[in-house]
Amino acid sequence: MFNISGSPHVHGTMSTKKIMWGVVIAMLPAFLVSIYFFGIDALLLTLVSVASCLFFEWAIQKYILKGDMSTVADGSAVITGMLLAFNVPSSLPIWLIILGSLVAIGVGKMTFGGLGKNPFNPALVGRVFLFLSFPTDMAMSSWPKPAPLFASNVVETVTGPTSLNIIKGITKTGEGLDQLPSALDMFLGSMGGSLGEISAIAILIGGVYMLCRKIITWHIPVAFLASAFIFAGILHLVSPETYVAPYYHLFAGGMMLGAVFMATDMVTSPLTHKGQLIFGCGCGILTIIFRCFGPMPEGVSFAILIMNGVTPLINKFIKTDKFGYKK
Amino acid sequence: MKTFNKGGVHPEENKLASNNKTKVFPLTKKAVVFVSQHLGAPATCLVQKGDKVKVGTLLARADAFICANTHSPYSGTVTKVDVAVDFNGFKKPAIYIDVEGDEWEESIDRTADIKREITLEPKEIVQRMKDCGIVGLGGAAFPTNVKYMVPDGKKAEFLIINGVECEPYLTSDNRIMIENTEEIFIGIEIMKKALGINTALIGIENNKPEAIKLMTAMSEKYKGTEVVPLKLKYPQGAEKQLINALTGREVPSGKLPIEVGCVVDNVGTALAIYQAVQKNKPLIDNVMTFTGKSVKPENQKNLLVRVGTPLQEIIDYCGGLPEDTGKLISGGPMMGKAIMDTSAPTVKTTSSILVINEKEAKRQTPTPCIRCGKCVDACPMGLEPVLLSTLCSQDKWEEAENECVMDCIECGCCLFTCPANRPLLDLIRVGKFKVGALRRARAQK
Repeated sequence: MFNISGSPHVHGTMSTKKIMWGVVIAMLPAFLVSIYFFGIDALLLTLVSVASCLFFEWAIQKYILKGDMSTVADGSAVITGMLLAFNVPSSLPIWLIILGSLVAIGVGKMTFGGLGKNPFNPALVGRVFLFLSFPTDMAMSSWPKPAPLFASNVVETVTGPTSLNIIKGITKTGEGLDQLPSALDMFLGSMGGSLGEISAIAILIGGVYMLCRKIITWHIPVAFLASAFIFAGILHLVSPETYVAPYYHLFAGGMMLGAVFMATDMVTSPLTHKGQLIFGCGCGILTIIFRCFGPMPEGVSFAILIMNGVTPLINKFIKTDKFGYKK
Repeated sequence: MKTFNKGGVHPEENKLASNNKTKVFPLTKKAVVFVSQHLGAPATCLVQKGDKVKVGTLLARADAFICANTHSPYSGTVTKVDVAVDFNGFKKPAIYIDVEGDEWEESIDRTADIKREITLEPKEIVQRMKDCGIVGLGGAAFPTNVKYMVPDGKKAEFLIINGVECEPYLTSDNRIMIENTEEIFIGIEIMKKALGINTALIGIENNKPEAIKLMTAMSEKYKGTEVVPLKLKYPQGAEKQLINALTGREVPSGKLPIEVGCVVDNVGTALAIYQAVQKNKPLIDNVMTFTGKSVKPENQKNLLVRVGTPLQEIIDYCGGLPEDTGKLISGGPMMGKAIMDTSAPTVKTTSSILVINEKEAKRQTPTPCIRCGKCVDACPMGLEPVLLSTLCSQDKWEEAENECVMDCIECGCCLFTCPANRPLLDLIRVGKFKVGALRRARAQK
């Protein structure tokens, strides 16, 4: 007797595991850059973050939800761990990243039922929790200045304002444009900031990798970056003294990291391409609003979380063009 | 290169038997012929136990509008008229024949000569299609003559010929395009005459270069018929997708191709029409493929098999089943049906016996949906399989209807592409069944 089942009888090669581990591979360039600039702290924070995310997912799945254990090894908790570490300064105490992991996995993911059911990006939930609860440790005003591993002054930890703080300063006082790192430094990653966000090029390499493996589509990152660029550009044209040139916004802070790795989280972004474009534009415009008019220098996390909340509505109202309904 | 506008996937092609010449399958000793082998009203059985039949003798008559004749594929004696189990496991009325010799009805022209001159008038052609029991060989088995009776107010502009064969593994259409090129073109000329038009488009996917070359060369001789190579993408052979690929038109939801001026038929049907109209030969045989990854190269075969041959005999003829056989399929791996019983006989539309190995025979365990939207991207009808399957799993039939569940063509792209192995199409099928019942209930009120 042979197997009987409905068609189709063959399956494509994509699996949830492959997607998740593919994202992890895509994050490696940014991870390596963070180790290069922030040294052992970056390595330690990321490893502890990943390990604690895995542990909390395993523990909650086993003792509280008593559910299927196979999701623990599917790579999604590793992504959350890495993204959380990418979003904190290298000076963050270790116990805080463990607490952040608990909030990210425990509150952000498992309270909703685990993989696929969380409305908000878990890593961002953890990040925003740390950001609002421990503002000094999350170093809003000063960040460890990146010191390349092989530089001579690697022992001394220097702190300085992040590019976003400088941009905020310009917006408030109209001064400080000369303090901004060069566009090339910002592109390569030689600037202050969170672990994984500093190097635009490393993040873009990861993004191109995910595009080639068809893990993500271009819609969200392009809509995100383009809308932010255009909106910041309009502000710059209206008042060049107050608002910096738009490309600074693209490279500063978590814009690249957010657009490529966090807004593209499948679970919390819309299903259709049209919906994804709207989602991306929303993220981009909200980020610039928060950065230019809000009290805090950074706004990527809040922008993405708000658009995560809007996603069910986008899914409800933005539909695909169905075949055979052309007017 | 042309293709259809929405969705689609790229399964492994695995056209393992595409270069193997068609062989004529030897006659069976005991044939079982189903009374009805088409979509529509059942045919009326005309024979009873003890009757002598010849090849081409009418066994069952079409009495309704959407119905087809069934002819005897063998000569011999009817031993009983009873039920038989088809390969799906359903019991259906069938005629059992003890085969004696191979005597054909005198009216059938058995010569190999190609007859090019078309003497029949359009009305006679349509009648001949009906008399010879021609059904669509693309898989649906819809009585072909019905398509050529264009309803009032509608006008055919294009005859679309389906030589796409987008299903992986299947190679029978490829073989007949290579081996019966001119007969197919004459068949197309007959179809054009029946419709009163002079434009035919033959869609062939570009993974069949030999067929494209031979068919294109032949099209020089038959004006008004154009061969269009298509970019490889599944499900290009689906009727609506093929019309879209070739003409850019979209068949409106719930409507037939004639709504956009198209009549679609398979290359196999074109060949059957040639044989019916020019040779007076009813539809009693069909080219099918025996293939599979574990099947030895010398056992990969394209066979001309008479209707009513037990599947097991074909399997034995092809060296039996490989040891790691996990599943047998009649049709392609994307839309074909699993074979339950190999003692079941072939029917007019049997296009293959496909052997799937143990490794691929079982579905992987479903994991949680990660809302990646790949099924939405893959759906050639522009539906949202993830939403439809959720609604269907929650018994929300009206909502599923509003989300156009009935437009689903069951091509399987959603399930094929799902990284979480979710049973999307299975749930949508349940939804289609329920919504169909709801609609019929509404219509009765």
